[in-house]
Amino acid sequence: MKIAVLSGKGGTGKTLVSVNLAAVALDSVYIDCDVEEPNGHLFFQPKDLQKERVTVKLPQADPELCTGCRTCVNFCKFNALAYIKNKLIVFNEVCHSCGGCLLFCPQKAISEKEREIGLIQSGISGNVRVVSGMMNIGEVSGVPIIKKLLQDSRKENKNVFLDCPPGSACMVMESIKDADYCILVAEPTVFGVHNLEMVYELVRIFQKPFGVVLNKCLEEENPAEDFCLQNQITILEKIPFDLELGTMHSNGQIAVRKHPKYKELFLNLLKTVSKEARHETASDT
Amino acid sequence: MKQLLILSGKGGTGKTTIAGAFIKLAEARAYADCDVDAPNLHLIMTHISKARQTDYYGMEKAVIDTELCDSCSICRQNCRFEAINESNGKYEVDSYACEGCGVCDAVCPIGAVFLQPAVAGELMLYKDNGVFSTARLKMGSGTSGKLVSEVKKQLKQEAADADLVIIDGSPGIGCPVIASLNGADMVLIVAEPSLSGISDMKRIIATAEKFRIKIGVCINKYDTNKELAQKIEAFCQERDLSIVGKIPFDTAAIKAINKGEVIVDIDCPAGWAATNVFYKTLKLMNS
Ligand code: SF4
Ligand code: SF4
Ligand code: SF4
Ligand code: SF4
Repeated sequence: MKIAVLSGKGGTGKTLVSVNLAAVALDSVYIDCDVEEPNGHLFFQPKDLQKERVTVKLPQADPELCTGCRTCVNFCKFNALAYIKNKLIVFNEVCHSCGGCLLFCPQKAISEKEREIGLIQSGISGNVRVVSGMMNIGEVSGVPIIKKLLQDSRKENKNVFLDCPPGSACMVMESIKDADYCILVAEPTVFGVHNLEMVYELVRIFQKPFGVVLNKCLEEENPAEDFCLQNQITILEKIPFDLELGTMHSNGQIAVRKHPKYKELFLNLLKTVSKEARHETASDT
Repeated sequence: MKQLLILSGKGGTGKTTIAGAFIKLAEARAYADCDVDAPNLHLIMTHISKARQTDYYGMEKAVIDTELCDSCSICRQNCRFEAINESNGKYEVDSYACEGCGVCDAVCPIGAVFLQPAVAGELMLYKDNGVFSTARLKMGSGTSGKLVSEVKKQLKQEAADADLVIIDGSPGIGCPVIASLNGADMVLIVAEPSLSGISDMKRIIATAEKFRIKIGVCINKYDTNKELAQKIEAFCQERDLSIVGKIPFDTAAIKAINKGEVIVDIDCPAGWAATNVFYKTLKLMNS
């Protein structure tokens, strides 16, 4: 089973939910797709680390062969090339590695080399295999790293928990596409509702079964809960605002490994989710 | 014109809440929300008039003319983004995956595929209580950095004479953040005292330092983990970064948001602290 944990914005508790679910599941894989600000590994402190570089293809011109015709410069839609002072210059960060320049250079002067943009780190933390994508600082796009993470995740036959990137951009879509079930995490504010609406729209586009976890619930009114009730969205769990949980989480501790109370809470959530997911797949057929 | 940019690495640290407070306190005549993926600032800023809306065109997208296409598959073989799909001999572009690179257009032997402008979002401009520029990226669109630049351009055009501009930045450390950083005079980083928060803060500081912009750090909800708040202070001291203040956790902030208010509208500890942070930030920016 593959479960994607999403929220329109960071900081709602997406990592709290995915880390703790992965930790209560018996044999699981946690994948951190928030490659710009990966946090999951801080909780799991995985051992036996393996690192794999993620690279993209970067064109380079052989000055011996290049005649300065600028065919490549004119072709590049991303303005990643310039021909200055008798030399072809490539602006690394904006190149999308589309391969067009290589394809259309009449002199066959262009070749490609690998350029590192980040890495994928994996390790073991108890019952969980922890995989994190990490984009190098100064890079503009982590998309190739997320693509690689998702590709690798397709080979997993264990329970996979995807800590999705924030927002509703193309990569969030990619992570939803594969999921058997989506958990949307929302905060009890009008900001929370606004962000929830966006991911709600997304999961509906892909017709994925989903439910909402309401996080940091206070005694007071909860606009996110109202939104769920109005739209008949399944509320999977309400996690109360709780200083103890907050402190554990801020210290990088995994609540379910520290305290039976939270273990029960997340086990229940996991049960609900598995049931919902099975139910959905059964009714599909 | 001075540009103050508020960033946090990850969302949810209270960046927008603080931006809202600053705009109110500065009586800012020009401000923007650069979180085009999940804009929130408009929810707490009151505006009487409706926003002027303009479509935003991102990269062009490829479209296959199915009448012309003779299914030779050449475009599909050359698209590096796996954006061209085939089903029952029919070829189609997945517009979400297409990055608009133009390779297919150039390789198709019969000109059956071409690039077309595509709406990738919407720019909004409010002009009553000051000029407010914001935007929203269409769901599933790719690069948002260009839209961030458009938001800032729109603001500059409409409020050229404003002496202070306050910008609620984008989350993350990638393209949209780099676009927000461009041209900023000072960055205020809102950090949270948690291990994750510290890791996010370090990454955003390292990103901002590449731009050689003045940096101030404010610790939000500092009393939820005083030990780690001290760690943030120690880290900043070591790096010679100014701490412009600490804001306590305060449920009044949540209530304010839900009423569409700004924390400094309410008499509460978080509001007082935010006011303090505001004056210290201004002082640092003008020093
Ligand atoms: S690979 Fe594509 S994006 Fe990169 S320089 Fe060549 S044409 Fe431009
Ligand atoms: S197309 Fe080839 S020959 Fe022409 S400028 Fe580019 S690299 Fe040089
Ligand atoms: S424009 Fe580029 S990315 Fe889009 S379909 Fe054509 S080759 Fe693929
Ligand atoms: S290259 Fe042109 S003709 Fe061939 S499949 Fe693509 S669009 Fe159709």
